[in-house]
Amino acid sequence: MTVIPRKLAFASALALAAGIGSAQAAQTDITVALQLEPPHLDPTSAAAGAIDSVLYSNVFEGLTRFMADGSVVPGLAKEWDISEDGLTYTFHLHEDVAFHDGTEMDAEDVKFSLDRARAEDSVNAQKALFTGIADVEVVDPLTVRVTLSEPDGSFLFNMAWGDAVIVAPESIEGIKNNPVGTGAFKFADWVQGDKIDLVRNEDYWGDAPALEEATFKFISDPTAAFAAVMAEDVDAFVGFPAPENLPQFDADPRFTVLRGSSEGETILSINNKLQPLDDLKVRKAIAHAINREAIIDGAMFGLGTPIGTHFAPHHPDYVDLTHLSQYDPELSKELLAEAGYPDGFKTTLKLPPPSYARRGGEIVAAQLRAIGIETEISNLEWAQWLEQVFRGKDFGLTIISHTEPFDIGIYARPDYYFQYDNPEFREVMDTLQRTTDPEARSELLAQAQTIIAEDYVNGYLFQLAFPTVANAKIEGLWENAPTQATDLTGVRWTD
Amino acid sequence: MIRYVLKRTLSLVISLAVASVVIFLVIEVAPGDPAAFMLGLNAQPDTVAALRTELGLDMSNPERYLAWVGGMLTGDFGTSYTYRTPVGEMIADRLWVSLPLALYALALSTLIAFPAGIYAAARRGKPGDMAVMGATQLGVAVPNFWFAMMLVLILSINLRWFSAGGFPGWEVGIFPAMKALTLPAIALALPQAAILARVMRSSLIDILGEDFMRTARAKGLTRRQALWRHGVRNALIPVLTIMGLQFSFLLAGGIIIEQVFFLPGLGRLIFQAISARDLIVVESVVMLLVFSVVLVNFLVDLTYAAVDPRLRNRT
Repeated sequence: MTVIPRKLAFASALALAAGIGSAQAAQTDITVALQLEPPHLDPTSAAAGAIDSVLYSNVFEGLTRFMADGSVVPGLAKEWDISEDGLTYTFHLHEDVAFHDGTEMDAEDVKFSLDRARAEDSVNAQKALFTGIADVEVVDPLTVRVTLSEPDGSFLFNMAWGDAVIVAPESIEGIKNNPVGTGAFKFADWVQGDKIDLVRNEDYWGDAPALEEATFKFISDPTAAFAAVMAEDVDAFVGFPAPENLPQFDADPRFTVLRGSSEGETILSINNKLQPLDDLKVRKAIAHAINREAIIDGAMFGLGTPIGTHFAPHHPDYVDLTHLSQYDPELSKELLAEAGYPDGFKTTLKLPPPSYARRGGEIVAAQLRAIGIETEISNLEWAQWLEQVFRGKDFGLTIISHTEPFDIGIYARPDYYFQYDNPEFREVMDTLQRTTDPEARSELLAQAQTIIAEDYVNGYLFQLAFPTVANAKIEGLWENAPTQATDLTGVRWTD
Repeated sequence: MIRYVLKRTLSLVISLAVASVVIFLVIEVAPGDPAAFMLGLNAQPDTVAALRTELGLDMSNPERYLAWVGGMLTGDFGTSYTYRTPVGEMIADRLWVSLPLALYALALSTLIAFPAGIYAAARRGKPGDMAVMGATQLGVAVPNFWFAMMLVLILSINLRWFSAGGFPGWEVGIFPAMKALTLPAIALALPQAAILARVMRSSLIDILGEDFMRTARAKGLTRRQALWRHGVRNALIPVLTIMGLQFSFLLAGGIIIEQVFFLPGLGRLIFQAISARDLIVVESVVMLLVFSVVLVNFLVDLTYAAVDPRLRNRT
């Protein structure tokens, strides 16, 4: 199907006629579509990634921040000193940073934000990031000292999360509908159910962004998403929901397609406490029964990187362990027989709404049937899934993408829904927590990845892709999603 | 007449009271905790408990029912769990999209259905009738979201006459706003028009066979005069009933169409609220829809009485 970009042809004809040619000023507004709308606009009191997708780095900033490649760099803190024992972090803040309401950002605001997140009645969805903090002390208006109860090698990483952004006591009351941050863009308007408008913060302390106005539009239906991009109603769709349509955009010169990677390890979670899944041989049999390529092709139209453990493949410390769970149905049958289930068994497979789970689930069920394991599939809504599977632990198998960055620590929580309980693994994670030396950390992380892969805790399927479709004249959008963010500070139109 | 109105009013109040209990029970019984939903996979149990307290979810069910109904009676629909804005305001905002859309669709469907139904009835059994009936058969069978997708494919993606969806808001002016609602309204109206045209036709055919029609002709009216003066007016009663039902359907049934055209209407609100377990929003919106259905039926009943004097004296 060829579509003539009429508007474009007309515009360039006009430009030519007027003799403006290439001197035409670049566009400074952008409409970005996202699939999910934020429930409210406070990144420090909800897990919804959609909040960060709109506000992270654009409106709110933390002491440190993630870059597009996942590295952690200084944010509102321009530098810091770490004490010998690794317990005290002294942050030196940037000067002349103001919140969008004009109030100054200083050490008091940092203390307020961190204390609020770790308080008894805190409703921070990632409260665990802050529990290691023993004390936050204001040294002077631009210096703040954070004392930890024990050394934490990932403290600076933790402070880069959207849940750790700096907020002000003056504006916290209304944050859910009127977010006031320090970022390069100010919140302007929210038409609920439709869009959020941001405008450039002319008093920004850092480099001024090229864009003057940005609109986030929320389009949840995949067919509508396709139509909106095709009709050029939106300039970019970040996290495009219909992988099957990407080849069509590839073929159309109006668009660029970015096939990035997200932090989502998509796994076949196994209830490690439920018979017969508590048997290592049974779990190993399941792991070998899975043909990852077939699932990636069938459920994701080829988008996704196979993983062999619970770690993002683009992370420098990733170890490729897919060989531990090669597709080998014969081996699976042998293992099942050894475990005492030569004729297989029956279990449940509970699937949440995303298409990776629903489509992937059908394929996994067929692959398990081939080695004699019958699954009873039930499709659940998110709220039901959280209730039954996540909280109630009433499941055999489920498919879910764990989208938090660097979340291998969940395997050290025996009460976590898949109920993996291994003191050896916990030991490694404890040591990691106390280690700050990068090389030693790499080693420990490799060890941790290997332990869970060899214990076949879960079936490791693939890293969830993060496709973005954008107008070919836009540059600077993040390809990967090291955290859920649509950082517009470096985005510009090329002509 | 007064007795008739009083009786209708009483039944309206009873219907609403019963509906409120049923809605509350059904929605509260559904599994899923809004606090757990909002805090996601990494939240600690004490955080979830803190949020439950903040949202007032730790009150007992009867307490929450009374708080909800009591609030509604004083015009306070409560505060959304997720959006943290008053539900009343949210509904009002969304109605500015859904209500005009429903009215627009109803107007379109009436404009298509009346002429089509009358034409078909007047030419009963002839090729014109067959063509209209064939088209309405198709209209009844094909779901509205398919029409919607076809309209987008042809008029938005290929011809670029319309946006693929979205709503610019009324502040940009009546014309652009109505334009944005045009494709959704057509998609909603076509299946409704098909049903309405069929009802119009069969009702009119029944009327045409009545004695008073023959009398009208005998008095010297032409076929056309008799049809318009006595036929259509009498055929309207069943048609009005269907239109009343359809209006409620259009208001609530825009859910899918609002998804396809990403319109910030009531349907989309309820869809999001259900998946986020924003119970208070779901309860209030459903209650509002029930209210509108009951109210429309009430008005239709009153209209009957106005159109048909026999009903006024019946008790």
